[in-house]
Amino acid sequence: MKEIKIYERPKAWAKGVHTHYCPGCGHGITHRLICEIIDELGIQNDTIGTAPVGCAALMYDYIDVDFCEAAHGRAPALATGIKRTRPDKIVFTYQGDGDLASIGTAEIIHVANRGEKLTTIFINNAIYGMTGGQMAPTTLIGQKATTCPFGRDPQLAGYPMRMCELLATLETPGFITRVSVARPKYIIEAKKAIKQAFQNQIEGKGYSFVEVLSNCPTNWGMTPVQAFEWTESTMIPHYPLGVFKNFE
Amino acid sequence: MARVLMKGTEAIAEAAIQAGCNYFFGYPITPQNEIPEYMSAKLPKIGGAYVQAESEVAAINMVMGGGSTGTKIMTTSSSPGISLMSEGISYIAGCEIPAVIVNVMRGGPGLGGILPSQADYFQATKGGGNGDYRLLVLAPSTLQEAVEITQMAFDLALKYRNPVMILADGFMGQMMEAVEIREHVSGEIPPRESWALGCMGERGGKRSILKSLYLNPEDLEQHNIKLQKKYREMEKEVRFEAYLCEDAEILLSAFGTTARIARSAINNLRNEGIKVGMLRPITLFPFPSRKLAELASGTKHVLVVEMNMGQMVEDVEAAVCGKAKVSFFGHAGGIAPSVREIEDRIRAIL
Repeated sequence: MKEIKIYERPKAWAKGVHTHYCPGCGHGITHRLICEIIDELGIQNDTIGTAPVGCAALMYDYIDVDFCEAAHGRAPALATGIKRTRPDKIVFTYQGDGDLASIGTAEIIHVANRGEKLTTIFINNAIYGMTGGQMAPTTLIGQKATTCPFGRDPQLAGYPMRMCELLATLETPGFITRVSVARPKYIIEAKKAIKQAFQNQIEGKGYSFVEVLSNCPTNWGMTPVQAFEWTESTMIPHYPLGVFKNFE
Repeated sequence: MARVLMKGTEAIAEAAIQAGCNYFFGYPITPQNEIPEYMSAKLPKIGGAYVQAESEVAAINMVMGGGSTGTKIMTTSSSPGISLMSEGISYIAGCEIPAVIVNVMRGGPGLGGILPSQADYFQATKGGGNGDYRLLVLAPSTLQEAVEITQMAFDLALKYRNPVMILADGFMGQMMEAVEIREHVSGEIPPRESWALGCMGERGGKRSILKSLYLNPEDLEQHNIKLQKKYREMEKEVRFEAYLCEDAEILLSAFGTTARIARSAINNLRNEGIKVGMLRPITLFPFPSRKLAELASGTKHVLVVEMNMGQMVEDVEAAVCGKAKVSFFGHAGGIAPSVREIEDRIRAIL
C-alpha cells in the first residue's frame, strides 16, 4: 500500500499564529520539530515547557502546552522544581547561548550533574539575538558582534565554549548531542535527536541535552541563504555534530 | 503531638511538613542550616524531595517551578542568601506563583555577620527585587507562633498565589522552646486544576501560561493594577498583638525577638506604675497602620525598637502621621537591645 504523507500544521502548534522570528532564523524550525514530536509521542496534555529570556521568550504563543516563564539562565532550576513535584509530566527547557552558556552556566552544569529527568534544547547561534547582536560565549574567533566590533579576540574574550563537550565530562548526564537545522539533511537528524531526548524522559531515563546549531541572519548581517551556508562552513567545523553521550 | 522542646529552625521545618510541605529546595547558610538538614532527612521518607541547589539563585527558581505546579513549597535562607533570591522572588510575585520563603535574618550589609538581626525589614516589606510587587510578610515572636505562622503561610501563599515571607532572626532560629506541632489541614484554597501547570488534561486541553512578561505597555499596566488590587485584598490578613495598650501613655512598637525583650521591659515598668504598652505587628506587610494610628492618638509617644538602624520606624511614622511623637532605639550587628536599655529609654521619654 502506498503511504500518503500530508504536510500539515502540527496539533501542538497554537492555532492561527505566526512567529515573530526573522526570515532564516532557526527558532521556527526547532519549534516546529518540537511540536511534531509532541504530536507523534501524544504528550501534548502532559508536556510542560519553560520559556527563556531571549528571542524565544514568546515561544508559549506558538507551542500549545503548559508553560512557565524562566528568568535569564534559570530555566534548568525552574524545570527541576516542576519535574520534582510533577514527575509524571514531560518537562523541557529551551535556552539560547547567552542564557545557557553565559548567565546560566551554574544552572546548566548542575541540572546535568544531578541528572534531572528533563530535556534541554539548547539553541546555539553564536550571538545574542534579542538584545541586538552582542558577543556570546559561543561567538567564534574573528566573528564580529556589536560588543566585539573588531571580531572576537581570544586574548580578550577567551575561546568559544563547546557546551556539549563540557557537559560530557560529567558522569551523570545521559544523552548529549549536537545537531543543526542549516540543511534538510541536518533537520532530519535534529528531529531524531530531539525525539530521543523526549523519549528518554518518557522512559524515565536521566538528563538529555540537545544542542541545535541555529542561524541568526539578522545579527550576523547575512541573508538567510548566506547564514545557512555560514553555519555549515564555519560553525560546524568548530562545533562538530554528533552524539557525545548516550547512556553508556 | 505533645509539647516538645525544639530548636526554632527545627520547629519551623517540622511545622512545614505537618502542613503538607513535601518539597524543599535550599542552599546552606548560617544561621538556618538545621532546616535544610531536617528536610533532607525527613522528606525522602514521606515521598517528597529535598534538593540541595547549587546556589540561592537556583534554589528560588526551583521553588518557583515547584510552586508553579500548585505544590506546597518552601525554601529557607538568611540575609545574603535572600538577596540572591530577590530576582526569583520578583518573578514569582510577577507570575503569581505560591511559595513560602523563610529569612532567618543575620547582620548586614554585605557578608555582615552571622549573629541575629532585623536589618532585612526593608528588603522584605518594600521588595528586594525589581518592580511593583509585595510579599505577605509575617514575623513570629515565639516558637509556637513560628509554628502556627509557618503552617498558615502555605495557605496564604496558595490563597493569594503570592510569595509569603516569614521574617525570623538568628535568635528565633537558634533558641529552644516548648512547642506543639499539629497536623495542619488547609482551609479553602483554589484547586490547582484552576491555574497550575500540569493539569492540561484535567482542564480538557486548555493550557496554563505563568508569566510576568507583557511587552504591550497597556497589558503590563493592567497586570500591575491587578496585582495591586490583590495586595489591597491582603489588608484583611493584618495581624498584630496589642499588649497592655488600653491605658498606655507611651506605646512601644517592635516585632519578632525584639518584641519579646520589649515585653519584659513593659512588665518591669508596669510594676513601677509606668503606663506603657506595645503594638507588636505580626504581619509586617500588610502593616497594621490603622490600629497603630488609633492607638497613637491616645498616647504621647511611640518608641520603635528594632535590631537594626531604624527601618520599621518609617512605617510607624507614616501610620502615626503626627498624632504622637515617634522615636527610635536599636542596635545593629547582632547586638540585641537589652531590657534595661529599653526601660531607660522609656524613663527618659517620661
